[in-house]
Amino acid sequence: MQAAPLGPPRGLLPGAWIIAHREIRDQLRDWRILVPIIALTLFFPGLMNFTARQAMDFVAEYDAPIIAERLGPFLLMVIGFFPISISLVIALESFAGERERLSLEPLLATPLSDSQLYLGKMIASLLPPLGAAYLGIGVYLFGLWRSIGWTAPAPLLAQILILTTAQAVVMVSGAVVISSQTTSVRAANLLASFIIVPVSQLIIGESLIMFWGRYTVLWFIVVALLLVAAVLTRVGLHLFNRQELLAREIDVLDLRWLARTLWRAFRDGARTPREGYAGVIRRTLPALKPTAALMALALTAAVIVGVRLAPEYPLPLDGELLESMPQTLVAQFEHFGLMSVGGWWWILRTNLSAVALATVLGMFSFGVAAVILLMAPVAIVGYLAGSLALAGQNAPLYILGLVVPHGTLEVPAALLAGAAVLRLGLAGVSLPRGTSLGEAWLTSLAEWARVFVGLVVPLLFAAALLEVFVTPRVAVLLLGG
Amino acid sequence: MDASIQTRDLTKRFGDFTAVAGVDLRVASGEVLVLLGPNGAGKTTTTRMLASILPPTSGEARVAGFDVVTQASEVRRRIGLLTEHHGLYTRMRAGEYLAFFGAMYGLASAEANRRGQELLEQIGMPDVSRRRLGEFSKGMRQKLALVRALLHDPPVLLLDEPTSAMDPASARLVRDAILQLRSSRRTLVVTTHNLAEAEELGDRLAIIRQGALAAQGSVQELKREHVGPPIMELRAAAPLDGVVRMLPAEVRLLTSGPDWVRYETDAPSQANPRVLAAMAGAGVQVVTLAEVGRSLEDVYLKVVGVPAPREEG
Repeated sequence: MQAAPLGPPRGLLPGAWIIAHREIRDQLRDWRILVPIIALTLFFPGLMNFTARQAMDFVAEYDAPIIAERLGPFLLMVIGFFPISISLVIALESFAGERERLSLEPLLATPLSDSQLYLGKMIASLLPPLGAAYLGIGVYLFGLWRSIGWTAPAPLLAQILILTTAQAVVMVSGAVVISSQTTSVRAANLLASFIIVPVSQLIIGESLIMFWGRYTVLWFIVVALLLVAAVLTRVGLHLFNRQELLAREIDVLDLRWLARTLWRAFRDGARTPREGYAGVIRRTLPALKPTAALMALALTAAVIVGVRLAPEYPLPLDGELLESMPQTLVAQFEHFGLMSVGGWWWILRTNLSAVALATVLGMFSFGVAAVILLMAPVAIVGYLAGSLALAGQNAPLYILGLVVPHGTLEVPAALLAGAAVLRLGLAGVSLPRGTSLGEAWLTSLAEWARVFVGLVVPLLFAAALLEVFVTPRVAVLLLGG
Repeated sequence: MDASIQTRDLTKRFGDFTAVAGVDLRVASGEVLVLLGPNGAGKTTTTRMLASILPPTSGEARVAGFDVVTQASEVRRRIGLLTEHHGLYTRMRAGEYLAFFGAMYGLASAEANRRGQELLEQIGMPDVSRRRLGEFSKGMRQKLALVRALLHDPPVLLLDEPTSAMDPASARLVRDAILQLRSSRRTLVVTTHNLAEAEELGDRLAIIRQGALAAQGSVQELKREHVGPPIMELRAAAPLDGVVRMLPAEVRLLTSGPDWVRYETDAPSQANPRVLAAMAGAGVQVVTLAEVGRSLEDVYLKVVGVPAPREEG
């Protein structure tokens, strides 16, 4: 037998670079990638330069220098973003395209590790668009400096460069996750809306923040993006392995398998509803402990944030309003439909809708949006408590009378719902070996459904009853009326 | 002979579907094993497991002395895989492509070029290294993919349907190239549907049906086992007129005509000379003595039957 134990270069990066080098060279031979990159690097910054100058001249005529002041940094961000949007296309092509063209298997048969292959493709998807973005930013800044003498402050420039890089990493790592779930570029492009929609929302948000002038907030976005990128990269690394890549051969939606898997996970081995309920208490509830702890921290933080916002945005709580409250309390309750079955139904429906909305948002945001949404009412309570305290009122008494009676059930319901959604949102982050993303997600969805049906709905049902029929009476008792 | 490839109870499941079910294989160094079987029988999955790119669900496999699961990287360094679809990058030049794969096996660029050129010459494509792969015909692409698999001089070659969907001339070129590889002490596992190709290339054949190994052995062994011992036909220049009674005892008379006779024997190399001697003794002039053709197809159809359709493969 021949002795031919040659191997790839040692180390993650040298091995990855072999893949990256080939792909980058291939991209630079593809006019469909080359032309947009050149256009976005050279012509687009020139156009933006012209636009910025015109806009600045225009707003100067109307004595609105603040708009001109904000426009420069905003266009800087836009110029950075446009070229990196190509990274998504390149990544989909690199991962899903390679599989579709059946050129992946020869690569998988080489001694390169899964991580080297993954990293190589990530580098290849990131380097050309990021290079174009940095170059575009350079061209734009040079143009502005030459024409109007404007230079970007170093912190702003660093912020935009890091933000651009973080956005590119998020898009590429997201594209890998998407590509791993498909066998064709077409299907991957369709699924890419799961990246495009949130990223476009993010860009709108960033634009508002930049025109608002709160550049510090952008650092929070950078941190959040880096966290998301880390999570997506971890998921991508898990999914980009030889087993996963070769096992998936069809994109057909198997509704029967889907329903069977979901139902099996929902039943969790139970034969009767009673056994199912026992399973929720004995198995599902303990499994929620880590995310429930996170939720408890988030809700506590929401109260603190609410209290701290009170002096910043003071409520017009004049003495007359508060003094007349005891007299008008019953009338106020009746006005809001409390102390009636209709009121109970309205509250229950609103709370259930909020949990459903939080679940949907949580599915697409690793649970983060759900947590934020569920924090909002708690933060409002904190804000009201802070405002009452500032107005010299006995805030704890108000909270005890108006919130605590139904809050004893509503807060645990929010906490459990949030914990379950957080687990659902994070389902793909830590996949058990041999479990596909779809399977893990369906199992978590079934777990969420068990918590929702078995605990959240009954708690909200009872909380709404308390809110409508008990809280007003306690409030009247404590606050007078 | 030491085993270059050995599997024990090799099994692969995808969810509820069993693609490969308890396959036991042993391929000696320098031997050519041909895996035969209908579409979806589990041949490609078996090859992928041997190539350490798909871990088995259960059972074990050792290739070139290494375990395909725990020493996957070692296995991949010692195998050359020709996939069913060549999977070339059509914008690359042949030389660049080979240098790219050479780098992944740790070959320096100059060494990869030298070795690539040497193999290209061996395979009858000496002047293609500057040409883009998009310009290659299907046969040329498959031959280049074969060069890719050989670039790091692997002791084990896994060839998954090397001539599928090729025109006869291209298939012949690729088959000749594979035949050249047989001469060296390199272990080959070839997957094919083509029975003539299997017979031509294989020292031994393994027939896989519905994921399980249904039969294995040399062509002669398989024929003997599945369609009985060899049948010989003797034709004489004149009517035999009762001479058939003089046939030696170790042959079994099957049927006869005026000037011909068919018999079955377990050991043709011993029985046939005695038959000829008996004929000569009786003054019979023998025109031909030949084995009655029983094709590998007969064996294959007997073993595989008409398989029930499977959901996946």
